[in-house]
Amino acid sequence: MAAAAVEPRVVVVGAGPAGSRCVEALVKAGIRPLVIDESARSGGQIYRRQPDNFTRSAEQLYGSEAAKATRLHKSFDGLQGRFDYWPESLIWNLAGNRIFVVRGAQQCSVEFSSLVICSGATDRLLPVPGWNYSGCYSLGGAQIALKAQACAIGAEVVFMGTGPLLYLVAAQYAKAGARVAGVLDTSPFYRRVAALPDLLANPRALYHGLGLTASLYLKGVPVYSGVEPLAIEGDAAAGVSAVRFRDGRGREKQLHCDAVAMGYHLRPETQLADLARCQFDFDASTRQWLPRIDRDGRSTVADIYLAGDGARIRGADAAEASGELAALALLADRGQAVDSQRVARLQQQLGQLERFARGLAKAFPWPHQLAAQLADATVLCRCEVVTVGEMRSTIALTGASEANRAKAFSRVGMGRCQGRYCANAGAEVIAAATDGDICSAGRLRAQAPVKPLPLALVEVAPEDWLEVSAEGVDPVLKPAEAGL
Amino acid sequence: MSKRFVRLGETRRPEVQLYIDGEPAVALQGDTLLVALLQHSNRLRTSEFGDAERAGFCLMGACQDCWVRTEEGARLRACSTTVAENMRIVTTQLEISWPQQQ
Repeated sequence: MAAAAVEPRVVVVGAGPAGSRCVEALVKAGIRPLVIDESARSGGQIYRRQPDNFTRSAEQLYGSEAAKATRLHKSFDGLQGRFDYWPESLIWNLAGNRIFVVRGAQQCSVEFSSLVICSGATDRLLPVPGWNYSGCYSLGGAQIALKAQACAIGAEVVFMGTGPLLYLVAAQYAKAGARVAGVLDTSPFYRRVAALPDLLANPRALYHGLGLTASLYLKGVPVYSGVEPLAIEGDAAAGVSAVRFRDGRGREKQLHCDAVAMGYHLRPETQLADLARCQFDFDASTRQWLPRIDRDGRSTVADIYLAGDGARIRGADAAEASGELAALALLADRGQAVDSQRVARLQQQLGQLERFARGLAKAFPWPHQLAAQLADATVLCRCEVVTVGEMRSTIALTGASEANRAKAFSRVGMGRCQGRYCANAGAEVIAAATDGDICSAGRLRAQAPVKPLPLALVEVAPEDWLEVSAEGVDPVLKPAEAGL
Repeated sequence: MSKRFVRLGETRRPEVQLYIDGEPAVALQGDTLLVALLQHSNRLRTSEFGDAERAGFCLMGACQDCWVRTEEGARLRACSTTVAENMRIVTTQLEISWPQQQ
């Protein structure tokens, strides 16, 4: 429609730690970026804010990271009016240098001159029999319930998976007064000891991590390492009733509960980078495909920059550094002068945090052998209830040895979540059923719309949204009214 | 039906009236629709594949497991929708089901 009337913009996707710091650096350099974020308020998932009428302190919400969260929120809020801000808005497609944005029941498209994608991450999941029962949540979901809504996901919660978030969320639940029935980590304890040299790259985070584990022991929460998840017990109507697992010594155990929070570290949200045709490489240490970036966050496509956990799972501190670094790279590429000392410092900081992230990947590895060995009856795709056995017979019948081909025949990756929660395990199943090479199983390509859209969308011109957001007034419809 | 979520604080907020499958229910201002519904029930919807009741999964708008409908038929993603006065929500299965064969 009238999209051509708006000059191509510097667009920042996401207002978490990476996006917020990126915006700050751009504004300081005299640019007025357009910031598009799915959430109603800035902070991302890690520093997600509670609704206005909640009263808990930053310390209660963010613990040891309270000061960082507050600084980040203040920085973003303090710059209001110096950037255009479209909250509760989803970029659902990208083609060439044009992005397509949906907000409530309206959609518009905007041309970008540069695009910084800070799209964050979601939990990486390992299927287990019963994970389709109600009462099963992702670890990130369990944390959001507590942080943004002051709720526990159940009266008695088991935390199962691996990674730093497992201990963080369990400890936050215990501290907030929830009953934590147990913490089940698939990683054996010796892995953490072996990873110590790398983990020492961030002594503060290591110290806080140890503190979280200690707080769980002090509260009498049973913590098991080196477990093998066997099943989530329950029934179709009532949902979860227990978690069955083998402990580190091979003994079968059961913990009663009415909710399970699960996660095996994180996976980046790379759909927009994929639609932008950025090149991806297989990362052997995390067994994931990651968009290729240089150390400043430049992708393989001109004018597209990637920062935060949406590019590399390096955590919130690295997200802040990489967001700022991507902004400085963008400015330098536009021919603007940048503080080279600042760039060097950020690169050095990021290098250190990368080493810490490598340490975490060693300490809490993705248990890929468990994914490869999943029993046939286990549900692989929880959206459409396709089992591992059905995926294996599809592969045997059709010879599909690549993720997209296997998806075409099995629908694994085609359901509501569009592969977010089954793709990692699905690739392991495909690899194990073929030549065993996870790399040749490939990765599911992203497709627009990257999330479901309402059927009835009204096309508007970007000026309509820009004028309102320049006045700092929350414009147009809420998704609640619009049926998104 | 027993509720699924447990409030651990922030309970001194004004009440909001809504209707769940025709029954009046009370939520608190600032609740997401997901939290409001799971204060009254242990489920949000029935899986169209007949395997189980569902109650959401990721709470961050990524999994799409928490869709419910208004009485008018509009689809809402419960985790990213704030509850509003007099919302009328339907959690029963409106689409055709195609349960898997056991």
